[in-house]
Amino acid sequence: MQISGKISIWFFIGVLLAFYGALICGHGIYELFSGILPNVVLARLHAPVWWGGMMLVLGLFYSIRFAPGTKSAS
Amino acid sequence: MAHSFIGNHIAQSSLAFFLPSSVLAHLSIIDIIIIASYFVMVVWIGIYLKGQSNTSVDFFMAGRQMSAWIAGLSFLSANLGSLELMGWAGSAYQYGILAAHWYWIGAIPAMLFMGLVMMPFYYICKTNSVPGYLKLRFGESSRVLSGVCFAFMTILMSGVNMFAMALVMKVVLGWNISFSILMSSVVVALYVGLGGLRSAIFNEVLQFALIWCGALLVPILGLIEAGGWHNLQAKILMNYHTSEYTHLWAGLGHFNTNAMGVQWTGIVFGLGFVISFGYWTTDFLVVQRAMAAKNLRAAQMAPVIAAAFKMAIPFFVILPGLLGLVVLHNNDGTLMHLVGQNAVSTANPNSYNEVLPLMMERYLGPGLLGLGITALIAGFMSGMAGNVSAFSTVWTYDIYKPLINKGASDTHLVSVGRWATVLGIVVSIGTAYLVMQAAAIMDYVQALFSFFIAPLLGTVLAGMFWKRATKAGGFWGLLAGTVTSVALYAWVRVDPTAIRYVAFSSDARAMAADLYRALWAFSSCAVVTVVVSYCTTAKPLSELAGLVYGASTLPLQEPVPLLKNHWFWAAIVITVFFILNIVFY
Repeated sequence: MQISGKISIWFFIGVLLAFYGALICGHGIYELFSGILPNVVLARLHAPVWWGGMMLVLGLFYSIRFAPGTKSAS
Repeated sequence: MAHSFIGNHIAQSSLAFFLPSSVLAHLSIIDIIIIASYFVMVVWIGIYLKGQSNTSVDFFMAGRQMSAWIAGLSFLSANLGSLELMGWAGSAYQYGILAAHWYWIGAIPAMLFMGLVMMPFYYICKTNSVPGYLKLRFGESSRVLSGVCFAFMTILMSGVNMFAMALVMKVVLGWNISFSILMSSVVVALYVGLGGLRSAIFNEVLQFALIWCGALLVPILGLIEAGGWHNLQAKILMNYHTSEYTHLWAGLGHFNTNAMGVQWTGIVFGLGFVISFGYWTTDFLVVQRAMAAKNLRAAQMAPVIAAAFKMAIPFFVILPGLLGLVVLHNNDGTLMHLVGQNAVSTANPNSYNEVLPLMMERYLGPGLLGLGITALIAGFMSGMAGNVSAFSTVWTYDIYKPLINKGASDTHLVSVGRWATVLGIVVSIGTAYLVMQAAAIMDYVQALFSFFIAPLLGTVLAGMFWKRATKAGGFWGLLAGTVTSVALYAWVRVDPTAIRYVAFSSDARAMAADLYRALWAFSSCAVVTVVVSYCTTAKPLSELAGLVYGASTLPLQEPVPLLKNHWFWAAIVITVFFILNIVFY
């Protein structure tokens, strides 16, 4: 569904997920290289890196595919 | 809502949020950025959508432009509030996988029936609400009765959601209760008041994405820590010496062979038929989402899509509760025991309902924790917004227009809808503070829904599938069912031993009483509807066109490829549903 003549709901969701993914993944990479791990169980799995990375990829996919003016958006 | 048809159970569970426990989680700056950006996004969307909501169809029905996916995800999310998520995660800790019945047999068949069979009638009669359908089928009195009850209950539920959110934020983050109430009220009033149903639906789809991203990681990491599903089962068996926590049906032979105190007949007929069908096919909060679809095919596909995702929700609601049974430990390494509200003590400071925040706090570090908390906030606000937008529609179309201003113009109705939204929020705030003063009110407010849902199912089914049902039959049946439900509730409340009559067993517990009370209410509604209908004159067949099965010609739909056919996907969903029930038998 398009919210207006230009912007799809999926675009907004994509932007928010990409923003969140970048923040979480970026922080996870910082933890990975700094060695300062949070005090949580299974911190050694570096979930923020791969989970945030997946969100970033998913968010970018939706942001680009449903960007205003593209065929998918309409 | 995301209010829930589960009535008292969640209400009782919710009371555990009153715990004055210490703060469970501490946010970092990245978490705060994530939460704040969600609020900014939601308000901005509301402001942006204001220009798209100028007519009543735009404001109340989202322009009837939704795709099947948007309507379907919204249909599901309207029921997926945080109160329900946290309540059922706590129930899974308390009762085990039995709680999944409320997601599977308590939802899937009804959602498919709604999409495949009932949606055409709602859609082709072009009504704006479920009370509106009752008006067309049974006349003004039935509409006003259901409209007033629904509006009243909806707005109270919004207040309960508001207060529950404030309490959760206080327990989990240490936020001031009034700050949380004020913040959520302003944000919801802004985006629903400006953008109407379209804005509410948008937030629900956004919430859906956030819940999956924010909550799905917990069971994944939990399963890794527990060593997989089979190891989890083995550890539960070792710790608690019973296998009932991981079996759906095996312990339902009798009321006293499972922790819930229910029997399979209550689950199948009370939950699987009356309560489930009553909620998913007649509660306007969810039906409104499907009615906003752009065409009949999309409207029929929406509940099917919702059902497919509904089946997956136990993975991040029920599973964390089960995982909590084995992975949560105290600082001294002993197994943590979460308890009911009444049993909270220094030795056991946490209640069942805190299992989801505890699991989040266990696995989610900076950033991910903010995402999880944002998902909970989005769920609460979506619950409020869903109730308020449904209230706004029913108030405007089923109370204001027929009773107060019959000649209102379209522009005036939109204006009334916006003001009804603000009024709804104000009443919700009042309800929230009322609940704060007297916790028992939450029990009563949530029980109200169970009073009305079961008889409403009887009335709507009679209206749609029985040509002989009359105006008087519909009204008196609805009233009789509601009175029966209220009377049985009051009876058990005053005399708890009466449960042996209501639920057919003295071993039955509160949950069973809810299920069997619904059966009684539905039955009395059906009997009175039939008797009164046969004593009164039915409408001529020509007046039932578009309203009753057998008297209506459903619009022919263009053939579509198999992958776009709702019957095909419904068959897939029901097959998976049976497989899940067999696997977890």
